[in-house]
Amino acid sequence: MRKAFADAILAHCNHDDWFFLTGDLGFMALEEVEAAFATRFVNAGVAEQNMIGVAAGLARESLRVIVYSIAPFCYARPFEQIRNDLCLGRLPVCLVGNGGGYAYGHMGPTHHALEDCAAMNALGVRVLVPAFDDDLPALLAQLDAPTYLRLGYDIRPVGQAVAEYAPWREVLPGSCGAIAALGPIAGLAWQALADLDIDARPSVWAVCEFADAEIPSRFLDQIAGRPLYVLEEHVAQGGLGMNLALGLAARGLAAGRFVHRPALGYPTGRFGSQAFHRAQCGLDASSIRSMVTGRKNESRRQA
Amino acid sequence: MREMSDRFVDLLRNTKIRLLQLHRDANCGHLGGNFSCIEALMTLHHRVMEADDRFVLSKGHSAGALYATLWSLGHLSDADLQTFTRDDSLLPGHPSGSGIPGLMFSTGSLGHGPSLATGLALAARHKGLDHRVFCLCSDGEWQEGSCWEALSFAIHQRLKNLVLLIDQNGLQGFGRTADVISCDDLTPRIAAFGADVEKINGHDPDAIVKAIARPPNGVPRVLILDTVKGRGLHFEGQLESHYLPLSEANYAAARSTLEREGCQ
Repeated sequence: MRKAFADAILAHCNHDDWFFLTGDLGFMALEEVEAAFATRFVNAGVAEQNMIGVAAGLARESLRVIVYSIAPFCYARPFEQIRNDLCLGRLPVCLVGNGGGYAYGHMGPTHHALEDCAAMNALGVRVLVPAFDDDLPALLAQLDAPTYLRLGYDIRPVGQAVAEYAPWREVLPGSCGAIAALGPIAGLAWQALADLDIDARPSVWAVCEFADAEIPSRFLDQIAGRPLYVLEEHVAQGGLGMNLALGLAARGLAAGRFVHRPALGYPTGRFGSQAFHRAQCGLDASSIRSMVTGRKNESRRQA
Repeated sequence: MREMSDRFVDLLRNTKIRLLQLHRDANCGHLGGNFSCIEALMTLHHRVMEADDRFVLSKGHSAGALYATLWSLGHLSDADLQTFTRDDSLLPGHPSGSGIPGLMFSTGSLGHGPSLATGLALAARHKGLDHRVFCLCSDGEWQEGSCWEALSFAIHQRLKNLVLLIDQNGLQGFGRTADVISCDDLTPRIAAFGADVEKINGHDPDAIVKAIARPPNGVPRVLILDTVKGRGLHFEGQLESHYLPLSEANYAAARSTLEREGCQ
């Protein structure tokens, strides 16, 4: 999503009252943004705590600020600065964490972000997890409070178009319950189940925000007495599954069955690519398909 | 730059007495750090800062001294001060960034102010505004790495509209800075980073005014304020001044001293 993000920044945020701060990241991705923003593009160096404080100072003077880094360096290292400097003042700074979940795969666990959404959500930061490249312009148009934008990879089936951005979107219809997938995992579930008959698969919903009020009634209808599957490249604690369960409980609702597939950390103590870690958590296409069909090691049918 | 008048001398003394009373009424500690920086706060706000200048209190545990200073300016009333650290108050023990004019951020966790002030200074430069940004820190606070991040960045950005003041009283929460981190003077360390550093008597308003009035040399100015923690109180220069509130007897003695000796 880095290219789509850069394009969206150039299209929607390149105004005199916008600053772009990076923690020394963006090589082969942000060069055009750097050129366009000129003095408003600041490489704050490898100093994330200062970067957030500077962003707060800029925002306090009515400037809009994008802060960019690899996800864990963006939300975890400067956590207190986010809490005190941004959130207490409700300043409109957008923290952009590139590589949510296991996206930095081979780089190792220090570069993974598995609890970012929960941490930011707990502070009252608006958490946005775009599922598709197309989502970025809409998301960047609504940054009026502390926001955390978690970037990953758009992995929808090749050639497929997606509907206009909404916090919840049904991207694949189905009649056997519903999958709520956090951000890009929706594209993976879509890939995994697209060739199953509509009567033999759950619907797939791309969930890009945690806002409880946004749960659509159509989704609630689909899980009444039927299975609800929650897929997220994020730990269970404070993630989509927990938030969704709370939302259902508050409405006095329950799905027919609740299946939760969160990120499990590093269950074998071994490390690898994003695909390796997803598979260890049952978040690969084969596992998702098996989860739905009940048959193990099932691969997608060849078209 | 404004000259020191008899009126300022009287105002400073009265404000110190009001600060003392503030903490006595609230039975609140942190007096030591308040009395090491009250001259700097009063000098900045009455003799240095212009209307559009910005101020960040990074050493948020000196909130009482800032509130008393705002009282001396007429921005807070006696009734406001009576709510200090009480329920339903806008004046908590460390300042909130909302509800009080002039308080821009919530500070108290150390090491935040220099970055916040740097952001304000960068914004001013971007907008072509000529106001200055002042930030008051403690010396123990510079054990936070974020301060050095901010200093490096501000120097690199050549933010000459930024002035950092460091209340170097040599004492922190549980020891002397020299014993805790082998540093009893930040001056050479900060000079080594490339800032425009000057060490002055932090209890001397004229010295503070003069140091700030010196023409900028293109980088942020850092004033190391040589101060005494709890100056004028019974536990002056002692670790106890960091946390302990005043007894009635000590309050009476300190008040008597302030009234008798004036502010100098």
